[in-house]
Amino acid sequence: MLSRRSFLQGVLASSAGLMLPGTVEAYDRGEVLATLLDLSKCVGCGECVSACKEVNKSKFPVPKKPFPKMYPSRVKVADWSDKQDVDDRLTPYNWLFIQTATGTWQGKEFEINIPRRCLHCLVPPCANLCPWGACLKQKNGIVRINADICLGGSKCKSVCPWHIPERQTGVGLYLKLLPSYAGNGVMYKCDRCYDKIAQGKVPACIEVCPEGVQIIGPRDEIIAKAHELAKKMNGYIYGEYENGGTNTIYVSPVPFEVLNKCIEKGPGKPHLDKVPYSMDKEEYLGQAVLTAPVVGLLAGVLTVLSKFKKDEGEN
Amino acid sequence: MLGWNKSWKRLFAILVGLLMLTGFAQMPIFKRYYIADLPGLGWTADFYFNHRFHYVLATILILMIFFQIGRVIASGSLRYVTWFGWIKVVLWAGIIITGILRVLKNFPDFYFNPKMVMYIDWLHLAFPFILGLVALWGKFFKKKYLICPYED
Ligand code: HEM
Ligand code: SF4
Ligand code: SF4
Ligand code: SF4
Repeated sequence: MLSRRSFLQGVLASSAGLMLPGTVEAYDRGEVLATLLDLSKCVGCGECVSACKEVNKSKFPVPKKPFPKMYPSRVKVADWSDKQDVDDRLTPYNWLFIQTATGTWQGKEFEINIPRRCLHCLVPPCANLCPWGACLKQKNGIVRINADICLGGSKCKSVCPWHIPERQTGVGLYLKLLPSYAGNGVMYKCDRCYDKIAQGKVPACIEVCPEGVQIIGPRDEIIAKAHELAKKMNGYIYGEYENGGTNTIYVSPVPFEVLNKCIEKGPGKPHLDKVPYSMDKEEYLGQAVLTAPVVGLLAGVLTVLSKFKKDEGEN
Repeated sequence: MLGWNKSWKRLFAILVGLLMLTGFAQMPIFKRYYIADLPGLGWTADFYFNHRFHYVLATILILMIFFQIGRVIASGSLRYVTWFGWIKVVLWAGIIITGILRVLKNFPDFYFNPKMVMYIDWLHLAFPFILGLVALWGKFFKKKYLICPYED
């Protein structure tokens, strides 16, 4: 324990500035961590994108070919294994890309670069709705997909407001079950370098950035910093309330509605729209589920008792 | 007095049927196998709708089951539950407890570790299968879950 702590503090010192003070302690307490991205600083050099590919190489899929024949035939395979170098969108081999927004706002031209990846939602529908327990939420707020369990049904992608996870066919557990009839590979996305974080290190994309665009820390403090920064640059915040709150807070000098109109969107290229909380109805309905046993039981007992009373009265 | 009349039995059967449908629709198979293409069944591929519908159905089902539990207990009929009845009780308990744990997991303030979430998922999938088999077997051999002196 002692060695772990001193090790962590050593690492913390070396990556000073990128990690807020107290982050390691917060992590040890199981608190939620968040990242802050100052978009006014990003020059779009792509260092973070390369670092992500480099560091996570061992996690990338190595598909078996030829792929099992799929039934019914409308089921399409998703194969990125020959296009591993693609870095202008999200793929199973590219968990982070730089989206660029150019345009004019308030009479001034702007170019804003936006590093895009999974936002690590506080209440992640991808994990909550995974019927198989493969997409998971860690106590520290990291949302990641267990590649040993995932069947590649892509439900996480359908229910994610940004459609972040990407599929690679020909890998994973489905090959050992009914490869032609159920499942279709494994879904991949940013796992916030959970293994590095567990060692007290900062995620690769944060560490390599020459401009210091990102910092990581306990969510409350990151939110406070984001508001401070937004105030200073007269800027705007994205990710604090989106989908009920995320652990990725963007701060930009140009409003996100404007940026959203200026970016290329489509498969693997997520939008920057306002996103309502996707699991809010489940909160109300969940209350009903939880009260049902008590209400049902009481009603049942009372019916019998009142019948007994009535019978007694009649006798 | 503890027996269910025809319309209650029918309501219960419909609930279980719809729970199975909306439960299995939690898995991304209805679109793949063209079920969602059938007229009127497009909603089976809408994950959010199915999820919320499953919650509503589960609420009504739990109300009915606990209403019956309340009546059996209050009338002192627990001793009339057969061994077949107890098997069904255990399986239903399994479904409802794992279901409720899944509901809790979806609240922002609850946290279960990922391994536990995975086992709950698998159990919630397994219990309905076993219950289905047991119920079939019970139908075949005309098993009753309750031998009650004042039934109906
Ligand atoms: C006959 C009764 C039921 C059947 C056949 C059934 C079946 C299923 C199936 C097959 C799934 C998808 C696989 C999985 O996630 O494990 C599922 C998911 C689910 N069921 Fe059920 N279920 C039943 C009753 C219940 C009850 C009583 C509850 C609530 C107390 C419940 C709550 C859930 C939830 C919350 C999910 C999944 C999505 C999530 O984790 O949020 N189910 N059900
Ligand atoms: S490394 Fe930093 S400056 Fe370069 S693209 Fe990534 S976030 Fe932007
Ligand atoms: S952004 Fe999408 S993939 Fe990432 S945690 Fe949120 S719902 Fe899941
Ligand atoms: S946190 Fe790690 S996995 Fe996520 S984008 Fe950055 S480098 Fe890639």
